[in-house]
Amino acid sequence: MAVTTPESEHNYLNHEKGLWSWLTTLDHKRIGIMYMVSVMFFFLLGGIFALLIRTELAAPGPGILGDGQTYNQAMTFHGAIMVFMVIIPGIPAFLGNFVLPLHLGAKDVAFPRLNLLSWYCLMVGALITFTSLIYNGSDTGWTFYTPYSIEHASSGTVWVVLGAFVMGFSSILTGLNFIVTTHTLRAPGMSFFRMPLFVWGLYSTAIIQVLATPVLAITLLLLAAERLLGIGFFDPALGGDPVLFQHFFWFYSHPAVYIMILPAMGVISELITAFSRKTIFGYRAIAFSSLGIAAVSFFVWGHHMYVSGQSELAGVIFSFLTMLVGVPTAIKTFNWVATLYKGSIVFQSPMLFALGFLFLFTIGGVTGIMLATLAMDVHFHDTYFVVAHFHYVMVGGTLMAIMGGIYYWFPKMFGKMYSEGMARMSFVFIFTGFNVTFFPQFVLGAMGMPRRYFDYLEIYTHLNQVSTAGSYMIGIGFVIGLVTIIQGMMNGEKASDNPWGAKTLEWQTASPPPHENFNYEPQVTAGPYEYR
Amino acid sequence: MLALFYAFISQAHGRSFMPIAGTKVAQKVDSLYSFLLVISVISCVLVIGGLIYFALKYRRKTADDKTAYISHNNTLEFLWSFIPFVLFIVVFAWGWLIYRDMRSFPDDALEIHVLGKKWNWDYQYKSGKRTTAELTVPVGVPVKLIMTSQDVIHSFFIPSFRIKQDVVPGRYTALWFEAEKQGRYQIFCTEYCGDQHSAMLGTLNVVSLEEYETWLGDNPYKGLSLAEVGQKVFSQKCTVCHNVNDQRKVGPGFAGLYQKQRQFADGSQAVADENYIRDSILMPQKQVVEGYPPNGMISFQGQLAENELLGLIEYIKTLK
Repeated sequence: MAVTTPESEHNYLNHEKGLWSWLTTLDHKRIGIMYMVSVMFFFLLGGIFALLIRTELAAPGPGILGDGQTYNQAMTFHGAIMVFMVIIPGIPAFLGNFVLPLHLGAKDVAFPRLNLLSWYCLMVGALITFTSLIYNGSDTGWTFYTPYSIEHASSGTVWVVLGAFVMGFSSILTGLNFIVTTHTLRAPGMSFFRMPLFVWGLYSTAIIQVLATPVLAITLLLLAAERLLGIGFFDPALGGDPVLFQHFFWFYSHPAVYIMILPAMGVISELITAFSRKTIFGYRAIAFSSLGIAAVSFFVWGHHMYVSGQSELAGVIFSFLTMLVGVPTAIKTFNWVATLYKGSIVFQSPMLFALGFLFLFTIGGVTGIMLATLAMDVHFHDTYFVVAHFHYVMVGGTLMAIMGGIYYWFPKMFGKMYSEGMARMSFVFIFTGFNVTFFPQFVLGAMGMPRRYFDYLEIYTHLNQVSTAGSYMIGIGFVIGLVTIIQGMMNGEKASDNPWGAKTLEWQTASPPPHENFNYEPQVTAGPYEYR
Repeated sequence: MLALFYAFISQAHGRSFMPIAGTKVAQKVDSLYSFLLVISVISCVLVIGGLIYFALKYRRKTADDKTAYISHNNTLEFLWSFIPFVLFIVVFAWGWLIYRDMRSFPDDALEIHVLGKKWNWDYQYKSGKRTTAELTVPVGVPVKLIMTSQDVIHSFFIPSFRIKQDVVPGRYTALWFEAEKQGRYQIFCTEYCGDQHSAMLGTLNVVSLEEYETWLGDNPYKGLSLAEVGQKVFSQKCTVCHNVNDQRKVGPGFAGLYQKQRQFADGSQAVADENYIRDSILMPQKQVVEGYPPNGMISFQGQLAENELLGLIEYIKTLK
């Protein structure tokens, strides 16, 4: 460490120097930044695959990707990268790592070494996944449905499966770490009901990560064993049951949807309060609805399987339980809107993303209810309606929250400000482009166009062209966002400790925070949103 | 007010972008869809409208604005939990009722076997007729599809009928419909099944009952009993190697075969029942009778329709 650094300038970024100090760091803030860099890199890759897919679909017939197999591989990598490397680690591991201990007034997470190990698990898992490219790639889609993935898929599939297995550990360990951190490292006076709602979101997420991810791990291991050793679990030709695989897979992958959205909802609570300078409406309702969603999320996996051949009674029960998840989700949305009432609202870029989230998530929510309805889903299942719905929730929800969160905590992370004008421009492109891309897909789905189609009938051409045009707008929006972030890091103006006037603990320490987060022990005497 | 609501529903319905509704079930699904569309639009207008209204009305005026401290409101929170809950339950029940119609198979349905394979559909009619080109069914008659796959999971989707069912290897799944109008309808595969997934298209051809019967009439076995079907198949495919008396040709003669004790090359024994005859036609290497070469008989797997196979079994049973 450079001794010449004045005491006031000492922060976690200059605490140690050199690449090696980053790769071996135990500081949650630095690990958070490493997640940020990796997630942004993966997002760029996944985004390139998305644009390739949309370009192929700009017209019927073979296009830029040439044939069905290449298209299916692009589709598989887009899905696997975006799910396992971007949206799942995006908020908990990146924003959560940076913010959680600061939110709680702690020096670090409970297990700093485990925290670093989680990052390496993600990196190693990602490397294994990309190894599949040497072995002819993979074309199963991110869902690995059997028996296709066992007997028919291209030979790199087992690498993607093992990669996802290893990345799962990153998620489990992060979840474990956050649960223990939340229970044991809260500052004096930080009772559970004084915790920011982002912490509640992360905590609920962590429960799912710890309980559900091992099921995915076991399922993927069984799949690999079946593929490599010919042991029959899921392939009827070997005496297995392919529908069993779907039960196992969705037992994880449905709760995983909430791993993606619950922390995003937490971020939104922070943004809405900070930029309307108002206490949250219904703190307890929002906090408990996070836990409620997490609990019920374990019992709704079968709504992915209404037409799979699962028992019809199971379909009815799953439809009912899925409706129940709708209630706490609706409560949250109403609470956020109510928080705006009589607020003092500014449209800084993080707030634009938060409002964009509410707009898109509402549409994602109502179409989710349509899909939960048994007879409706029979028509919509595996059509573009589903594709549109989950992009509204995952991109319109989670990614909007990540973008808002990055802009919100950027001054805290780097002690600098980005260009507000550029950030707003990125919002305009992303938000507009998103609707242009995905709204037509609802219509395509209603018209019956199935998903995962390399080619399509003439009648679907027009809307697909609109959709493709929109995807380029999203691409431009994210490039502007990336430039804004890099430019802000390099040449941004110095940021004050609390540029937004927010009340949570992280804004009371320096920007960027010192290595130990706080130079004093924070004492908490009030809730997180005391705007009076 | 009600009239306005009704107008709104019919408007939504007209713009629903759903394909033509070809069955009663499809019309029911469309009514539910219109309802969902209407409440969805209302919810979105309320939430997003409220959002925009508040955001504009309560814009920050001065740098040190004070805001009202409103922590919660029990009545309001109860209402906006309870009202969605009731709506969701209504929608759930409505969806369930229609789903029950979709899954209640009429007893008198015309049964057609569907085999999914990479990357086309294969249809087998009870008469023995077998096609891959298109599925032809009569109008106004309930049709039940009994489906399985010979490789990976496929899914049988008729958008105009709003029905879909995965077609899974190793088990039978089923669908039923009763087409209301003659015409040609699109069939898609909706479960990802590999390179040519998007080319696994099909056509459903709904024709009048007379037309259907004429079409089916090309059937070589029309009006024949099962044993007669078997006799016909036997004369075409089996007589090269097998006699109808008990004399050995290349393979054994079949008179008196049924219920006879068979001695196999590996020392085991079995009674020649229906399963044995079926296995011997489809998987002849499974049990080779003592004194015959191990590869003397070729497999007829995939070359016989189910009724041809049943016919053969029945015919062999009659040989005394």
